[in-house]
Amino acid sequence: MTTPDSSQDYTASEMMTITAARLLKNGMSCFVGIGLPSLAANLARLTHAPDLVLIYESGPIGAKPRVLPLSIGDGELAETADTIVATPEIFRYWLQGGHIDVGFLGAAQIDRFGNLNTTVIGPYDQPKVRLPGAGGAPEIAGSARQVFVMLRQSARAFVPKLDFITSVGYLDGGDARARLGLTGAGPVAIITDLCVLEPEPPSHEFVVTSIHPGVTRERIVAATGWPIRFAATAPTTEPPSEAELRTLRELQQRGGAAHGEG
Amino acid sequence: MAERMSLREAISGYVTDGATVAMEGFTHLIPFAAGYEVIRQRRRDLTLIRMTPDVIYDQLIGAGCARRLIFSWGGNPGVGSLHRLRDAVEHGWPQPLELLEHSHAGLASAYVAGAEHLPFAVLRGYAGSDLPRYNDDIRFIRCPFTDEELAAVRAVQPDVTIIHAQKADRKGNVLLWGILGVQKEAALAARHTIVTVEEIVDDLGAWPNAALLPAWIVSAICEVPGGAHPSYAQGYYERDNRFYQAWDAIARDRQTFQAWLQRHVLDTADYAEFSRVLGETQAVAGAEGTAAP
Repeated sequence: MTTPDSSQDYTASEMMTITAARLLKNGMSCFVGIGLPSLAANLARLTHAPDLVLIYESGPIGAKPRVLPLSIGDGELAETADTIVATPEIFRYWLQGGHIDVGFLGAAQIDRFGNLNTTVIGPYDQPKVRLPGAGGAPEIAGSARQVFVMLRQSARAFVPKLDFITSVGYLDGGDARARLGLTGAGPVAIITDLCVLEPEPPSHEFVVTSIHPGVTRERIVAATGWPIRFAATAPTTEPPSEAELRTLRELQQRGGAAHGEG
Repeated sequence: MAERMSLREAISGYVTDGATVAMEGFTHLIPFAAGYEVIRQRRRDLTLIRMTPDVIYDQLIGAGCARRLIFSWGGNPGVGSLHRLRDAVEHGWPQPLELLEHSHAGLASAYVAGAEHLPFAVLRGYAGSDLPRYNDDIRFIRCPFTDEELAAVRAVQPDVTIIHAQKADRKGNVLLWGILGVQKEAALAARHTIVTVEEIVDDLGAWPNAALLPAWIVSAICEVPGGAHPSYAQGYYERDNRFYQAWDAIARDRQTFQAWLQRHVLDTADYAEFSRVLGETQAVAGAEGTAAP
């Protein structure tokens, strides 16, 4: 966890979550990964996007959890959903069927073209670290109309070359993704605790388009494993509003209390 | 036709060494009691199939029951790693574990093909991913109508599928509700299906199209109240998130894991005794203010 910046009364993690939440528009259908994406999506639903449709890969469609789920299939998601469908249906009819506006993913490693690794660090057959694996991500990355990726920025996570491509962004850049025949447009934003990155056409290399308050360019460069570039205009991200912060903290407190933390 | 029997009888009758076994339930209704019984009967060389191996397969892998794992997401949901799974993959302990790894969409589709008795399923998936390079059961084919390239995944057809459900009636018809995962597909894909249930009732009181497995496709019904703990059974009990969190520390260390397994699973006669011993452990942990399950 990041510690509060003494000059402001919010953390870098909170800035990241709030920035990600703002990208979700009211009425969108959003396929949500557990953890940070779920936190941001629920914050959006409790602030500016009350009709955001949250879809979890365990089957709940239109989930409206009062407390943050610990797992992707907590009872809270099932009890508050508009409907629950079986797992083959969620992937085959709803995602592959073209009904998902936004896929919202995390990752252990990401490269400059937005490809994601959640499988292994090191060689596949002799991994240094065995990560959980693909889950729903490869097809979310392929079939959601657009994809947001959310992860903390560090040189270990933002690497020049992935050890394993689990889920595809723009592959080697240029028209490489287009040639795969995927139905979704691919990742349109990476939201980190330092900044926002967006793909720059025609290469689709991710460049910094917004810098969070108090973050220097040097810090972003140091936290990126490739020579990162900045867009011609990379304004300062709007700081969190009081309402955003209050709602986020209440949401986290309810989750922590429910799951036996602090 | 569904035969009512004890869990011990069902596992000894249907789960043999070297069998391919699917224990399904997506976060919800995970058949933990059946997993403990497989460990207790010291089954070996199993091919285990599950979309999310979860703590249930962490236990089976750590206990040395598995030779091969077919899966699509292998973490402790909301907590982190499955340390026994990682130890088997990274260090071959207690024995090497062969992985056959899918995405959720891919493995769910493989179950659908199994239920349909087709050799494979087609999906728009895996494009650009490295997964097909390491899993020969993922190939690419051309659509005969549009010439589009699509993924094909080999069907999974378990020897035995084990699921947990809320209720069965006295004939053995099964009712489950809430998050359904791939239980129905896994049951229809298998040669035999064992169902553990919270309770057996006179009348299911189900809507005509409620999620139900008719008695004649079920091999064995076992009444095992609480048998999905620490996952949950909607309408009966909630997910024990504290157990999942506490599992991280137990499973991280080989000796701690083995001691837990010995005390709770290997030294207990059945699930009722397991529950009593677990209750004692949890009471002590509660009194000490620690998080051990």
